Amino acid sequence: MKTKTLAAMALAGAIASGPAMADLVIPDLSYRTGPYAAGGTPFSDGYQDYFNLLNARDGGIGGEAVRIVECETGYNTEKGVECYESTKGEGALIYQPLSTGITYQIIPKATADQIPIHTMGYGRTSAANGEVFNWVFNYPANYWDAASVAVNYLLDQNSGDLNGKTIALVYHNSAYGKEPIRTLEALSEMHGFELSQLAVDHPGQEQKSQWLQIRRERPDYVLMWGWGVMNQVAVQEAANINFPMENFIGNWWAGAEHDVTPAGASANGYKSLNMNRVIDYPVLAEIQSMVHDAGNAAGDGSNLGSVLYVRGMYAAMLAAEAIAKAQEIHGVADVTPAMVRDGMAALEVTEARMEALGMAGIGPEFSVSCQNHGGSGQGIVQQWNASAGAWEPLTDFISPDKSVIEPLIAEDSAAFASENNITPGCL
Amino acid sequence: MFYREAGDFKTSYHADNHTFPIKFDRIGFWVTMAIAFAVIPFFINDYWANAIFVPFLIYAIAAIGLNILTGYCGQVSLGTGGFMAVGAYACYKLMTAFPDVSIVIHIVLAGGITAAVGAAFGLPSLRIKGFYLAVATLAAQFFLVWLFNKVSWFYNYSASGQINAPERFVAGIAVTGPNTAPWAQYMICLIFLTACALLARNLTRGTIGRSWMAIRDMDIAAEIIGVNPLKAKLTAFAVSSFFIGISGALFFAVYLGAVEVGEAFGIQKSFLVLFMIIIGGLGSIFGSFAGAAFLVLLPVLLKVIGVDLLGWPTDLVAHFQLVIIGALIMFFLIKEPHGLAQLWRLAKEKLRLWPFPY
Repeated sequence: MKTKTLAAMALAGAIASGPAMADLVIPDLSYRTGPYAAGGTPFSDGYQDYFNLLNARDGGIGGEAVRIVECETGYNTEKGVECYESTKGEGALIYQPLSTGITYQIIPKATADQIPIHTMGYGRTSAANGEVFNWVFNYPANYWDAASVAVNYLLDQNSGDLNGKTIALVYHNSAYGKEPIRTLEALSEMHGFELSQLAVDHPGQEQKSQWLQIRRERPDYVLMWGWGVMNQVAVQEAANINFPMENFIGNWWAGAEHDVTPAGASANGYKSLNMNRVIDYPVLAEIQSMVHDAGNAAGDGSNLGSVLYVRGMYAAMLAAEAIAKAQEIHGVADVTPAMVRDGMAALEVTEARMEALGMAGIGPEFSVSCQNHGGSGQGIVQQWNASAGAWEPLTDFISPDKSVIEPLIAEDSAAFASENNITPGCL
Repeated sequence: MFYREAGDFKTSYHADNHTFPIKFDRIGFWVTMAIAFAVIPFFINDYWANAIFVPFLIYAIAAIGLNILTGYCGQVSLGTGGFMAVGAYACYKLMTAFPDVSIVIHIVLAGGITAAVGAAFGLPSLRIKGFYLAVATLAAQFFLVWLFNKVSWFYNYSASGQINAPERFVAGIAVTGPNTAPWAQYMICLIFLTACALLARNLTRGTIGRSWMAIRDMDIAAEIIGVNPLKAKLTAFAVSSFFIGISGALFFAVYLGAVEVGEAFGIQKSFLVLFMIIIGGLGSIFGSFAGAAFLVLLPVLLKVIGVDLLGWPTDLVAHFQLVIIGALIMFFLIKEPHGLAQLWRLAKEKLRLWPFPY
């Protein structure tokens, strides 16, 4: 047994310390297994397919080929750490872990190793303060923006007055689900609505008692911070108690096709936020012809054009734009993680640029600066049409109430800075 | 030929009481210690530390703890994850409340706090046994996780409910926080593991260990010959929880640096550590090491073979991992119900006769 173990360890070591090639290395910490695979798979497919498209169409970014290193985390923080350590040695340029738990884990590590992290619409909200979190970016929007966008939408629905209304928050009982509570509490004080909090434990299959409570209390609106299997169960439970679907709003991680299809026709009218529009972009046809038809599709290729696929593709586009920006700033094609960070901090996404990339209007226009890593924070509200089997956008991009969010970000990031002896400042 | 008692004369009571009666074993032990303390620290890198050595060392401490309770004292526990959480949160509260006190003291104190909590949850063991006790400890698991999620005092009112380990030093060298050198992470875990293993080994050889084993083998008979079940069971719970608390504190502070209680210390953790001692061998310190090594290394090894060597899709490899580990657990339970430690024992028996078996 002992010699076997030793041989195995030697083998593992030989492979882990393999030579690094001179490509642009993009690690993809994906999860295609476990209770969150339904969300992790399409996102990862979109993320990889876009880089494969760049390789096939443009020969990479700035003439430098992209090499994707995929690592399965299963949404588990321990595996996430292992993935981080095993991919960073390959020369990883930018991390996109798609898990708030793993993000919390690797923020200090990546800061020490000087590798940028892009947590698009998840992760630690106060990372929007770029002076404290030099290496972490969460543009185009974060959880607190999402909470504010949802409340702004409801204000709009109620002609600007939520006084005396009750809003229930059904949330995943983890760092992810707890993030919006602080903002919603501040907003409830400001607008006079009552907030009740209902936690759902991992993985979220057991929600009977929470929905019984909703049935008893009959809140005017239900907001949901859910992910993975929890979303499907919640939509089904809401249908079971005949909760009016149009008053049930999920955040942008609770608004994909696979969340609503299991409930069938009774999910009709369910709303969710989204940070990217989902329409038939020309770039999707390019991916179909140059990546999928060439047999290079990530996964089984069945997710093309779905909500989370498009979001993964959007994330890849933002990463590729940042790398291109870094190449432009530093005048070299083979960029380092530190250069990519500079590219991210100088990123500017315009309507014209998105159109040139074949994804006009996929997200809001925004620009990143050293101080502001958070982007515009805008989101849309979309509604599920069960008979058409499609998400229909209800609104244009709604802006969050920055006057509420900015003091909260300043407070939380200041606490982090003092805990970790960071002197806020630009690099 | 080399592995035998013959010719190894013991001339003092001290020598006769040695943990390893055979000279070859003693040499093997010191060589292992020398490699662990004097060779590995010079070659270890971030990947080896974080993916293999540090989790192995920490899980070995947890497995030793659970083995004392389940393997030596016969009390089945499914509360390991919850007790690890107590260690982690105690360590976090101590680290943030008394930043000037050494982290080593905090980790030991976290073990002590876990011991007190463990002994309290061990009280039902005086009245209930077997499966019923397992259910009682399961309640501890769920209660503790719920408590650390619910009461924000435990996570210092942070918005996300996460706890983050601030940077702490031992003799001027960072052992927690992001700037920790891999060898420092490795060394602090190794020192704690060595101390825990020596302590556990010597406890199980003495009066207290014998009273645990008497309770395990037949509690009524043990009571008749004068073993106090209250004392034996509660000390087993306390000592076991002490080790588990230390492993929880190291798991949070040194290994992960940030944890979320439901995710890191859920019921899966209790099962994982239980599988470690079942596969490794109940009632054996070596078995705790073997089980921890088996369940930490095997997934990494399968991943390296599947993804890096064969180039299979990552999801396929992840699913195969579950299948292979499940199959191996069943294989071991059928072929060797006493675990890897028994294989090791059999190997040693054979070695004594080698090369002339008769």
